[in-house]
Amino acid sequence: MNDPVVAKRPAGSGDPGAARGVAAAPTASEAPIPPTPEAPETPKAPHVRPGDRIFRGLATGSGVFIVVLIGAIGLFLILQAIPSLGLDQINFLTSREWNTSDPANLRFGILDLLLVTVIVSILALLIAMPIALGIALFLTQYAPRNLARPFAYVVDLLAAVPSIVFGLWGLFVLGPVLYPFSEWLIDTLGWIPIFAKGNVNVQLGGTIFTAGIVVAVMILPIITAVSREVFDRTPRMHIEGAIALGATKWEVVRTTVLPFGKAGYVSASMLGLGRALGETIAVMIILSTTSAAFGWSLFDGGATFASKIALAAPEFNDTRSAGAYIAAGLVLFVLTFVVNAIARSIVAGHKEYE
Amino acid sequence: MAKRLDIKDLNLFYGKFHAVENVSLAVPPKNVTAFIGPSGCGKSTVLRSLNRMHEVAPGARVEGKVLLDGEDIYASTVDPVEVRRTIGMVFQRPNPFPTMSIRDNVVAGLRLAGVKDKKKLDEVAERSLRGANLWNEVKDRLDKPGGGLSGGQQQRLCIARAIAVQPDVLLMDEPCSALDPISTLAIEDLITELKKEYTIVIVTHNMQQAARVSDQTAFFNLLGVGQPGQLIEVDDTEKIFSNPGQKATEDYISGRFG
Ligand SMILES: Nc1ncnc2c1ncn2[C@@H]1O[C@H](COP(=O)(O)OP(=O)(O)OP(=O)(O)O)[C@@H](O)[C@H]1O
Ligand SMILES: [Mg+2]
Repeated sequence: MNDPVVAKRPAGSGDPGAARGVAAAPTASEAPIPPTPEAPETPKAPHVRPGDRIFRGLATGSGVFIVVLIGAIGLFLILQAIPSLGLDQINFLTSREWNTSDPANLRFGILDLLLVTVIVSILALLIAMPIALGIALFLTQYAPRNLARPFAYVVDLLAAVPSIVFGLWGLFVLGPVLYPFSEWLIDTLGWIPIFAKGNVNVQLGGTIFTAGIVVAVMILPIITAVSREVFDRTPRMHIEGAIALGATKWEVVRTTVLPFGKAGYVSASMLGLGRALGETIAVMIILSTTSAAFGWSLFDGGATFASKIALAAPEFNDTRSAGAYIAAGLVLFVLTFVVNAIARSIVAGHKEYE
Repeated sequence: MAKRLDIKDLNLFYGKFHAVENVSLAVPPKNVTAFIGPSGCGKSTVLRSLNRMHEVAPGARVEGKVLLDGEDIYASTVDPVEVRRTIGMVFQRPNPFPTMSIRDNVVAGLRLAGVKDKKKLDEVAERSLRGANLWNEVKDRLDKPGGGLSGGQQQRLCIARAIAVQPDVLLMDEPCSALDPISTLAIEDLITELKKEYTIVIVTHNMQQAARVSDQTAFFNLLGVGQPGQLIEVDDTEKIFSNPGQKATEDYISGRFG
């Protein structure tokens, strides 16, 4: 583009042999001359076709764009958060209090937000991972073809249901349905801290337990879809190798499909976890807010980073209060980054399958 | 060990497509039978029907009988998984399990059959690797992944894996077609060696190979596109290559085909 000589060459000569001849001629004439400053330049003019250039430009451009965009988001969060962090009267990372109603006396700490976010997400992941694995294996290995397609379609359709609908469903349908079960868990297993009676009314269902299950349903389609793709790619020859050794269906899955798809399944789950960490509206609708501290029970209420920020929208007209929430958003941003980095290292550790 | 196979009026289908027609053929024990013929005539299809791998393809169907020492492997009471444990198979492209170590690859079949005794497994691994002429090359790295071997070594690993379960019959579908001449020779020697203990059926596109390793040769042909493949003739390898009974066979082996 900035080099019209190179750009014109392929257009001028359709015969690649001619082009090569043109390129070779100066090299030949220079060959007997001992190394001159020009000599190292001859090999660096490889023939590049315009299509390659344009595509490379576009690809590099997109790559640079996304990196710059992420950098800009991070920078925005940091710049907005710093002034408020300076005004914070208590420790931002280790305090559980959150009071930003008086901008002159900001008291905010993220510990409870972090814990609730992580617990809701992990609960969702623990529920969704085995179910997604089961569905993906069923669809790729067991289901007859004519059943697998519509079934996969239904699962994908789950991903198209808006968050808000999941939230309403969780609050009005799932919450009441879970109530007897939650009661039973609290009565029988209450001595284990995570099943202890929580800090909100279980009967209303606005607990981490309900939210975790709803988020599990929400991340199920993405984990299933990605795992299904990966399992489907298991090389035919390895599957046949196992079958020919006298492997049953399940043994084929165990010896070839699972080892092959493991890394993909793990990264699919991490993708799901990323979504769970950031899920906002559904969690906001379901979780009962409370001023009591998080007590490590699934039947506690509270708020996640995202739901807390969304609920606080009315306070954003004061930049100092808004900065407190942006600081919380920054932590969420970092958290999702860390999760992704872990996922990547897990995947890299399983590269031996080729 | 080393049983005989009798194929009776075998017809093979992929859905509506009639791939192979009326094959009848006897495979004697401790003997190498070669399948030759042009591409697409159904050699692999027939071979795969001998250990019930054919039915793994969607819509695939089998008519006729395959008798293993007189017992029909397609009888309704027979479990295909059992058939595959007694009739081993080696594929065109080496396919060791990439996440498994060399040793685990060799004993994979035994593990599937429920053998857990570590000592027994190690013994079998060594015996099978020796049997496949691979022991000396890999004895120091039995715990390394099988995928790290060369193509020829991988193919011998697959042969070791197949003979580890001491099958009654060993089926090989173009086992050398992805290999260099040296590895090919190693495998041909191995086949001659294995013949003392196993009944072997091998598909090959290489006439010299068929002539070198096999005792009897079956020639398959295709009358036209979309027509089912047929068994043209089967006879002693020497006879097929010196004085075949059919014109088509002669044309094919002398390269005057088509
Ligand atoms: N899974 C399948 N589904 C449908 N048709 C198939 C399938 N496998 C093979 N066929 C068809 O059956 C016929 C016989 O194929 P087969 O693979 O047995 O030929 P072959 O003699 O082994 O050929 P080659 O020498 O090229 O390996 C061909 O027409 C092929 O297209
Ligand atoms: Mg074939």
